Order: sequence, then structure tokens, then C-alpha cells
Amino acid sequence: MSSAIVAEGVSKSFGEVEALKHLELDIPDGSFFVLLGPSGAGKTTTLRVIAGLEKPDTGRVLLNGIDATGANPAERDLAMVFQSYALYPKQTAAQNITSPLRARKLSKADIDTQLKRVAELLHIEELLNRYPAQMSGGQMQRIALGRALVRDPRAFLMDEPLTNLDLKLRVEMRTELTRIHRSLGRTFLYVTNDQVEAMSMADQVAVLRQGTVQQVGKPTEIYDRPANRWVASFVGSPRMNLLQCTANGKIEGEGWSLPNPGFGVQGDHKALFGVRSEDLSLDVRDEAVSLAGKVYAVEPLGDRTLVDVEIGGQRVIIKAPPTASYTIGEQVRAAVDMERVHLFDAESEQAIARR
Amino acid sequence: MATHIQPEGLADKGIAGETVDPPVRRERKFGSGVEILLLTIFMVVMLFPVIWMLETALKETKDIYAVPAKVFSFSPTLDHFQNVFSSDSPVFKGFVNSVIVAGFSTLIATVLGVPAAWAYSRFTLKAKKDQLFFILSTRFMPPVVVVIPVFLMFRDLSLLDTRLGLVLVYAAFNLPFTIWMMKGFIDEVPAEYEEAAMLDGFSRFEAFWRVTMPLLIPGIAATAVFALIFSWNEFVFSIFLITDPDTRTAPSAIAGLIGGTTIDWGLVAASAMTFAVPVLVFAFLVRKHLVAGVTLGAVRR
Ligand SMILES: Nc1ncnc2c1ncn2[C@@H]1O[C@H](COP(=O)(O)OP(=O)(O)OP(=O)(O)O)[C@@H](O)[C@H]1O
Ligand SMILES: [Mg+2]
Repeated sequence: MSSAIVAEGVSKSFGEVEALKHLELDIPDGSFFVLLGPSGAGKTTTLRVIAGLEKPDTGRVLLNGIDATGANPAERDLAMVFQSYALYPKQTAAQNITSPLRARKLSKADIDTQLKRVAELLHIEELLNRYPAQMSGGQMQRIALGRALVRDPRAFLMDEPLTNLDLKLRVEMRTELTRIHRSLGRTFLYVTNDQVEAMSMADQVAVLRQGTVQQVGKPTEIYDRPANRWVASFVGSPRMNLLQCTANGKIEGEGWSLPNPGFGVQGDHKALFGVRSEDLSLDVRDEAVSLAGKVYAVEPLGDRTLVDVEIGGQRVIIKAPPTASYTIGEQVRAAVDMERVHLFDAESEQAIARR
Repeated sequence: MATHIQPEGLADKGIAGETVDPPVRRERKFGSGVEILLLTIFMVVMLFPVIWMLETALKETKDIYAVPAKVFSFSPTLDHFQNVFSSDSPVFKGFVNSVIVAGFSTLIATVLGVPAAWAYSRFTLKAKKDQLFFILSTRFMPPVVVVIPVFLMFRDLSLLDTRLGLVLVYAAFNLPFTIWMMKGFIDEVPAEYEEAAMLDGFSRFEAFWRVTMPLLIPGIAATAVFALIFSWNEFVFSIFLITDPDTRTAPSAIAGLIGGTTIDWGLVAASAMTFAVPVLVFAFLVRKHLVAGVTLGAVRR
């Protein structure tokens, strides 16, 4: 598949702050591509560089294979939803939404049809005559989405477009956006710091940290095979358990020891052993590989119970069924799904592959 | 467990003791009598010259010279005001010229200054701060300092005794002020509005015109009024650069009434009052921005 948007070695500094450091992105045509990262990672800056609002210090931006680094925003034919909405204060919701159509000098009738379509899609019919100052954050956010969805651009750039919606509406809009993406077949570049959004909507996820891409892949790849320690602990909730260990023929930590399931290490290797809470089980069969520890805390969450277990001075969180009942201080054994464990180099923090 | 830092008894009385009768109010009641008295004295002292002038403008000529002065017991007349606007009045032309000069110089300063301010607000320029300081520093100079060089230049360009000359000088003097004040207003408007419009498919200028401009109208109005008042009141350039009674502006025309053997004080006073009215009206219109204008830009949209 060809690339809709490519960022080649893009760097951007604001004075002392290096917002983007040699950023590489390749966004396939027609994909739903999510840029996931914590606050300040450079997500907005990436979108602004791609949209042509910010000139990169070095590097190039390619749109459909053509160098667009010098092109002005209007020429790029991209629609963007701003994190701050950027609705025009002196225009009504309807005027805001139809602004791109008026820029293209569409006929009044065409504009009205498009407006109606978008208003229905986003459930904003009753807001159309209001000014931005008369709307709530979530309402403005939907108008901002409408201003993008009203036209058929080369690609949609969306900067955290659902953050201000209530949970019900957010879940609904998530499904809606995925559906819109399918029906339009356009490229979506979607920025979020919400991993649930990333996991549920994305074809591809790029995890961004401090202006560099840490890992690109399908959501399941990011989750199942994090490229380094940082991605491992950023993605997933509760975060991945990481235990200091020495890996060789065995993986040994303070007060525990497990067989090496095939990680390629030579000699005694200082490492971090990673296992997600759902890959640990307190329901132990005799032959299973397991860790012994003591219950430190129990956190019932309704659909599951998180059990905090202390193993050799370090704590791990284990996802248990909601019916599980443990008392604090109780001695337990946690079975480990050795197919789904991770090992990270203690120095470089990169994942160590299995042989 | 929460720790209470508030003193005993305050905690239950809501924010800032809303439920208690505010003690401040009683103090104010006591003070207000004295306050009003002091303010009245202050007002009379401040307004006395103005009141005196207004009276002079309304008195018949013989009453003006009456000794002791007739403060209340004179019969008011509008003769002097009539003279101001009569066709052979020496000051009426001055008013017309003032309107023309102030109007055009303000127009030029605004048309040039607003886009310049926008550029200074939105773009990264080399040594932007230095440029802005330089622009502002031209305002530090008292007009008297530059009037001689301007006079010499205007003589060579034969702009002396022309309204065009004054329009240019006033526009030049108002431009830095317009740029600074408008930059303050434009800084307050997020650049993202224009950026969104550019992504909608508008050019940079269209984006400014359609999205930012409507938000700037009050700011432009306030700035223009300041420029108008400056041009209207300006005296030094006017008196030096124009001697022709046909093209001089009101301030020098009024000044021209004084001198000679007999002075028609009634006409002087009536002209001065007439001259002050537009300034009062405009100052009233922009009173909210008068203070803000000093802090340049700390103005809410
Ligand atoms: N105009 C600017 N001037 C100075 N620093 C900036 C500017 N824009 C961004 N930065 C800095 O660049 C870094 C990346 O900012 P960016 O807005 O891209 O983050 P983000 O990933 O979008 O964060 P968030 O999730 O909070 O929106 C931050 O450290 C930020 O402070
Ligand atoms: Mg952001």
C-alpha cells in the first residue's frame, strides 16, 4: 500500500525545547493511524508540521509521495481538528462547520446538504445556531469535528478530538469515527494519549515519547511485543509488572527463579523481567511455573480483582476473577504464562528477543 | 483527616464570611459623606476653568468685562457660538481643516498600522523586539525637536501651508502608536483561528480578514479614536508648518484670535468650547480603553 503521509527525519525545536527529534513516520494510504503518547510528547507538533502550520527545522514531509515541506496549509488539502477546537468566535456552529465549503465556493444547496449530513452524524442539529461561547467543551469539540468531516480531504488530522466528551458519547463517537473511516476510506491520523482509544480504533499505532517514535505497529503488536521498557509500561492498564533479575539459563530475581523460556542471552545478563497482570494467575496447578509471595493488598474492581503480591521485596499486580477473595498477608503462588513474558536489557531497556 | 488552618468560627461562615453582614459596608456609609464633600471640592477646582470658559462663551461682550464678575446674574446668549460658525468666521475654516487632517491622518495610520501590527504579532522576524522598540522610541521624541527638519523638508517639497503635509506628519506620528496598540489587541486573538481557516482552504490574508478582523473591530475603533484625538489636539506642527489662514487647523486658528489690539474673548471661549466637544465625545466612547491604552494590550476582547 502506498503512503499517504511520510515524515522523514523531522526535527523541530522551540528555543531550548526539542519538541521533535528526527521523527520518522510512514502512514499508509487509507489507514487509521494513531499517534499515542503522553502529554508533551510532541503529538500536536507532529500534526502541525504535517499540516504546514509549523516549518520543520530539518527533514521533509511527503504527501502521497510528493514533497510538501514548503507547501502552504491550504494547498495540502488536509482537514484538522484542533486540540483547542479553534472555532471562529464570531461565527455560528453552522457557519463554522461550513467554512471549508465556503472556501471552496460550493453552491448554497450543496453546503446545506453537507451541513445536514454532518449535523445528523454528530448529533448537533440543535446546536447549529449557537455561537462557540454558548456551547460546552464537548459541544464545541463536536462542532470542530464537524468542520473537518464536512469535506473530503486527502487526510484527516485529529488532535485528541474526543477528550472532552462524556464517557457515553466518547464510546459512541469512537465507534462512529471508525465507521466513518471505513465508509470514506480516507487516511486518518489520530492523536491521543488514551490507550483505549488507540487500541480500539487504530490500524496502526505509533508510540511517541519526547519527540521520537518508540515503536510502530498494530495495536496487538504494541501490546504483546513492546519494543522497550518504556512502551511496555506506558501501554496497558494496570501497567506491566517489571522485576529486576539476572537472566541466564534461568531468570532469577531476589527470592524467585523461573526457567528461561528461550530469551537470547549470554552469560549472566542484568535484565528486567516483565509480565502483565493478566498473564499471572493465582489459580495454580501443580506442574505450572510459579512465583511465591505474600498478599500485600486487594483491590476489587467489580469485573475483576487486582491482587497486589509481594515477591522478594518487589510487588506485582495480578488480575484475579471478581470472585477471588484473599486476605492480606496470605501466602500465595502465582502461575506465570511463560509464553507471554518479556525481558528487557537493564542498560539499554530494549526488549530481548527469544531465540 | 483534614486539618483546619482557618481560625475557629470562620470555617462555618462560607467563603469570605458571606453569611455575616460585611463590616466594610458600614465603614463606607460613614466615609461617604466626607468623600462626597472632598470630591465636590476637587471637582469644582478642576472644572472651574472650564466653567469659566463656558460662561464667557455664553455672556454678552459687555458682561465679560464687568467688574465685579457676573457669575450667575448674566443673560446668556448664543451670539459667540453663532460667530464661530458664520461664513466670515476666522475659526470655522480651521474646524473644517482639522476634521479633514485628523480624519485622513487617522485613516492612513490605521490602514498601514493594523496590517503591520498583525505581521509583528504573527510572524517571527529578525530582531523583532528591537524593531518594536525602535518604532515605539519614535514616540519619545517631542514634536518640537523634529519640527525644524520637517519644516526644511516640507519647504523643498512645497508641502508647507498644505493640509497634505500635516496629514503626512500626523499619520507618521500616529503610526507607531497604532502598531503598538493594535499588536496588543492582535496578540490576544489566538493564532489558531487563522490557522484553522487556512486549513479550511483560505489564504493567509483571507484567514486574517474573515476570522481575526471581526474580533479586532472594537480595538481598531479605540485605537483610531486615540489617533483622532492626537491629530485633533496637535498644535506645534500646525503652527509651524501652516501660516495660511485657509489651510491652518483649529488649534492655530484659535490661537490666532489672541493678539492684535482688541481680543474678542467671547469668540475665543466659544471656539475653544466647540473645539473640546469632539474630544469629550470620543473620550467618553473609549473611556474603557483609556486606562488600558496605557498598559498597551491588557485589554479584553
Ligand atoms: N509554540 C511553542 N513554543 C514553545 N514550546 C512549545 C511550543 N509548542 C510546543 N512546545 C513544546 O514542545 C513539546 C511538545 O509539545 P506538543 O504540544 O507537541 O505536545 P503534545 O504531545 O501535543 O502534548 P499534549 O498531550 O499535552 O497536547 C512540549 O514540551 C511543549 O512544551
Ligand atoms: Mg497536544
